Amino acid sequence: MTELPTKTDRKLGLLIDLDTCVGCHACVISCKGWNTENYGAPLSDQSAYGANPSGTFLNRVHSYEITPDVGAAQLIHFPKSCLHCEDAPCVTVCPTGASYKRVEDGIVLVNESDCIGCGLCAWACPYGARELDAAEGVMKKCTLCVDRIYNENLPEEDRVPACVRTCPAGARHFGDFADPDSAVSKLSAERGGMDLMPEQGTKPVNKYLPPRPKDTMEEIDVLAPLLAPVAEEPKGFMAWLDKTLEKI
Amino acid sequence: MHPAPSVIIFTTLSGLGFGLLFFLGFGMPAPKGLVAFIFFAIAYVLAVGGLLSSTFHLGHPERAIKAFSQWKTSWLSREAWLAVAALITMAIYGAGLVFYGVAVAPIGWIGGLLSLATVYATSMIYRQLKTVPRWNTPMTPLLFLLFSLAGGALLSGQVQIALLLLVSVGIAQIAYWIGGDQALEKSGTNLSTATGLGRNGAVRAFEPPHTGTNYLLREFVYVVGRKHAAKLRIISLILTIGTPVLILSLTVTHVTALIAVLSHIAGVFVSRWLFFAQAEHIVGLYYGKR
Repeated sequence: MTELPTKTDRKLGLLIDLDTCVGCHACVISCKGWNTENYGAPLSDQSAYGANPSGTFLNRVHSYEITPDVGAAQLIHFPKSCLHCEDAPCVTVCPTGASYKRVEDGIVLVNESDCIGCGLCAWACPYGARELDAAEGVMKKCTLCVDRIYNENLPEEDRVPACVRTCPAGARHFGDFADPDSAVSKLSAERGGMDLMPEQGTKPVNKYLPPRPKDTMEEIDVLAPLLAPVAEEPKGFMAWLDKTLEKI
Repeated sequence: MHPAPSVIIFTTLSGLGFGLLFFLGFGMPAPKGLVAFIFFAIAYVLAVGGLLSSTFHLGHPERAIKAFSQWKTSWLSREAWLAVAALITMAIYGAGLVFYGVAVAPIGWIGGLLSLATVYATSMIYRQLKTVPRWNTPMTPLLFLLFSLAGGALLSGQVQIALLLLVSVGIAQIAYWIGGDQALEKSGTNLSTATGLGRNGAVRAFEPPHTGTNYLLREFVYVVGRKHAAKLRIISLILTIGTPVLILSLTVTHVTALIAVLSHIAGVFVSRWLFFAQAEHIVGLYYGKR
């Protein structure tokens, strides 16, 4: 049913460190790689090698430029996928019950055999987290790799979402935000984990760690005293010559 | 928002059809026999044709029956129920008029109200979306209901009521446009809140995730034709309200009435196209677009 649970036992989600992300897009590729051959319909591409390629992705990395009032501009790489909102507007609008939020861990999923592909859930999502697959005609979204995190056939270190497992910079963290003592909750509290578009009232579970302010270093240059300009103002005859030559 | 032809046709024609059913249900007019058959046939072609058209934008229309299940939360599901209830109730009322020449008034009233409720449910699908500030206003249901009623009055030949409703549509339409043009700014959502990066300085979209386009951009960031919006608004007002009001103020014959109706329908199509094409979805902000 598309009624949201009043409370979920756990709140599994991602903590994404915007200070650390290097914008390599490895999470995008590993996400597509895992999810195109596991849960649900594959993530299709249209004209992948043609003039106008397009395809379904559950995770995309934007890049933004921040220009502070003083100092140099900063480039921030910004991975974006489903935030598994507590008050998920995509779930309640679904007419068929295909979209649902799990009571046990808060993951928002689509039951693809019930999806009619009306697209209303994608309309209701502020974050662009849902994409209608052009080949299958059903809605695709991040599953938080539900087929990895509980998969006992995988070695334990692999039981995290593919994007987290692959991130070479360690910018992505996975855990339970309902537990205040979990690593993600602690890190989020310490670094001021923030919600995207809080004014939309979706109460996202995923949090973003803001880029830390650039530290400023005092300029220390051991050679500076030796490089002081040696040219002095000329005096006497040389001063007269200098002036005269200037006038000519 | 992408102005999908199937959805524009659906909302326009169904709105008119249910508007006509509303007036028929309240006995304005209460024809009998063949005339009743023609009135009801027109209403059903418009209402059902529109509903069928709406299934063309579905990825899996064969599963459409499942859309009846989530009426507790989903306006789309409620719309499906109300449409079926209105069509069945009005079919019973219509059968009485066509075959027996009997008007069972209470059934007509219920059917008429269900018809209007269907239009309201359609409009709520758009009105509920906080992600599209231009739609997220009580003006959206008001506009949809007024369009439906004005079209219904025009089709059912209620000249005085039609004149009043057409003028109301015009006022509501202009108010909707004026409010809508400021809706995105007033919503308080911008690239700064979308990324949370605003506290560090001015944020600018530097690079999109991919060089190519994607579903989100095709569906939500439709900017083609927006530059003609002002002209299209005037064209829409003239066709929807200007022509019919002029004709209804003069002598009405079957031919001029047909011209008034066709002009009105064409105008509603233009208005509905603008309703979608001008609506900005906030996901566009992530792409530095609107």
